[in-house]
Amino acid sequence: MSVWNWLALGGAAVVALAVVAEARRRALSGPRGRRFFRHPTAMPGTFVLAFFVTIAVAAPAVAPYPPYYQIDVVHPDQPPSVRFPLGTDPLSRDVWSRLAYGARISLGIGTLAMVVAVTLGAAVGAVAGYFRGSVDAALMRVVDVALAMPRIFVLLMAVALWEHLPLWVLVLLIGLTGWFGTSRLVRAEVLSLREREFVSAARALGARSGHIIFRHVLPNAAAPIIVSAALGIGNVMLLEAGLSFLGMGVPSPAPSWGNMIADGLPKMAVAPWSATFPGLAISLVVMALNAIGDALRDALDPRRETA
Amino acid sequence: MTEPLLRVRDLKTYFVTEQGRGTARAVDGVSFEVQPGETLGIVGESGCGKTVTSLSILRLIPEPPGHVRPGSFIEFEGRNLLTLEPRELRAIRGNEIAMIFQEPMTSLNPVFTVGDQIAEAAIVHQGLGRAAARARAIEMLRLVGIPDPDERVDHYPHQMSGGMRQRVMIAMALVCRPKLLIADEPTTALDVTIQAQILELLDRLQAELGMAVMLITHDLGVVAGSADRVVVMYAGQVVEQAPTPELFARPLHPYTEGLLASVPRLDAPPAGARAGGRLHSIPGQVPAATAWPSGCRFHPRCPYAWDRCRAEEPPLLDAAGTGGTGPGSHTVRCWLLTEPRRRTPAPRP
Repeated sequence: MSVWNWLALGGAAVVALAVVAEARRRALSGPRGRRFFRHPTAMPGTFVLAFFVTIAVAAPAVAPYPPYYQIDVVHPDQPPSVRFPLGTDPLSRDVWSRLAYGARISLGIGTLAMVVAVTLGAAVGAVAGYFRGSVDAALMRVVDVALAMPRIFVLLMAVALWEHLPLWVLVLLIGLTGWFGTSRLVRAEVLSLREREFVSAARALGARSGHIIFRHVLPNAAAPIIVSAALGIGNVMLLEAGLSFLGMGVPSPAPSWGNMIADGLPKMAVAPWSATFPGLAISLVVMALNAIGDALRDALDPRRETA
Repeated sequence: MTEPLLRVRDLKTYFVTEQGRGTARAVDGVSFEVQPGETLGIVGESGCGKTVTSLSILRLIPEPPGHVRPGSFIEFEGRNLLTLEPRELRAIRGNEIAMIFQEPMTSLNPVFTVGDQIAEAAIVHQGLGRAAARARAIEMLRLVGIPDPDERVDHYPHQMSGGMRQRVMIAMALVCRPKLLIADEPTTALDVTIQAQILELLDRLQAELGMAVMLITHDLGVVAGSADRVVVMYAGQVVEQAPTPELFARPLHPYTEGLLASVPRLDAPPAGARAGGRLHSIPGQVPAATAWPSGCRFHPRCPYAWDRCRAEEPPLLDAAGTGGTGPGSHTVRCWLLTEPRRRTPAPRP
């Protein structure tokens, strides 16, 4: 690892700190922002997330090697050193470089799958809650059935049936199996929102149902949707890691934190670093996301709104 | 005589109650007319069907549990609103008939600026672009008397007071210059001083825009100041209908009489030693809409009621001799009209 890489890494930390400081400065002007940062884990959580996002974005600068690069056959399982800050894996690849590039894949899959899941969940929940009656009953029974099936097995089956699964299909699959909880949450919220007078007012103005649902009702349900998204990304990342660990997720040699653990596992006894560091990264980011989700829940809870 | 703008005939809106047993006959055979440019006051206490009537006109009754019975007839400029396609109905809502609601606090969407909400109707109905709609919103805010409209247009509802929000609601309703404005208790949630301002505003706007207003209220004072004609409702029916001065001078239905006697007045202290200086009140409550009394629906609370009232439901009788329900007519749903000598208070227990 060269001086430039270290400088870039330091730069990433500084950027993350700056992002947190700026976010905090802006947030403290409003009651919700103040409640968010009053949460003890909000600051460290935001910092960890900002740090890993910066590293993912700046991967080419902070990583000394390309992620697939095998240094040579005589450097497998090197312990952490100045040249290889997190050591090398059994295939003589630099763990730090793969971790940095892997952040792109792991965070990217987590975010994209969650966007799919939240969009779908919000749409289905809003439609069910708004129209009630038979529409609601049909949609919610589908959700009940879907929630009764263990998600990992559904995904494993899909992956097993489809060889050489493209990454975007994996993202889509994770998203398509992750919207049920959100849809229930949104439905409950919409059930109460639809009785509010501004919905009648919009109808009296001649707005159509779709317009009312997406422009009037859903924006008012934003708080629970945001919270469930923040908590959901962590879940999706764990799921992706699990699938990749089982060899069913992101295919080698592309680095994802999950398959990095799988790669390092056989040599756990002699070279623990190549499995430990990606594991640590997953834990850190998921904990950060949960902390942020918790703080958001406190901040956006309308019952804590004071006039 | 001009064609009425809105003609409601034999409107019946029923609700199936939760347990599925009874049917609440919230509005049960209501007829009235609104002339172009006039203000019609609809008065009655809570639960007598005023709001359901107004919601039925725009077909905003939640179905189920509610439904408008076949045979009802709501004609707006020659079109029966009850048989319109949803698309045609949306073109009327907000465009030709607009409505303002009772609660300015909850009738505005908290997550959008008031400008966005005012502009919405203009965008929906007139296809205005964003910039034009914004300009229209500012113009409307100025029209309803909100100071600094250029700045206020970007404010959120929670940044405004109740009176200002009701002005915003009025601005929203009037964006498309409707021919009929239905105002459902527009001042109930407001302070008395603000009430007067809002009513003055409505009067001024009505004169400027030449629209008809259906003013729904339980406050006779509001009606006296603003309405040209009054429809008094009780238990889902129209019980009396007359021009405002006529109604206040010569109330014929005992319910109207009772309502007028319950208004506190500075110029005339409560009449009669029997009242003991106390304000009059009508004994009892409005009966449940699932079980209206037999005969005249007011008879259990009526000081004059006799056998016929308990047995036989009175029709709307013509008291002015003009016929119909148009302007100038005075109709009453009371048997007293046939036997005026009975208008002496029955001794109370």
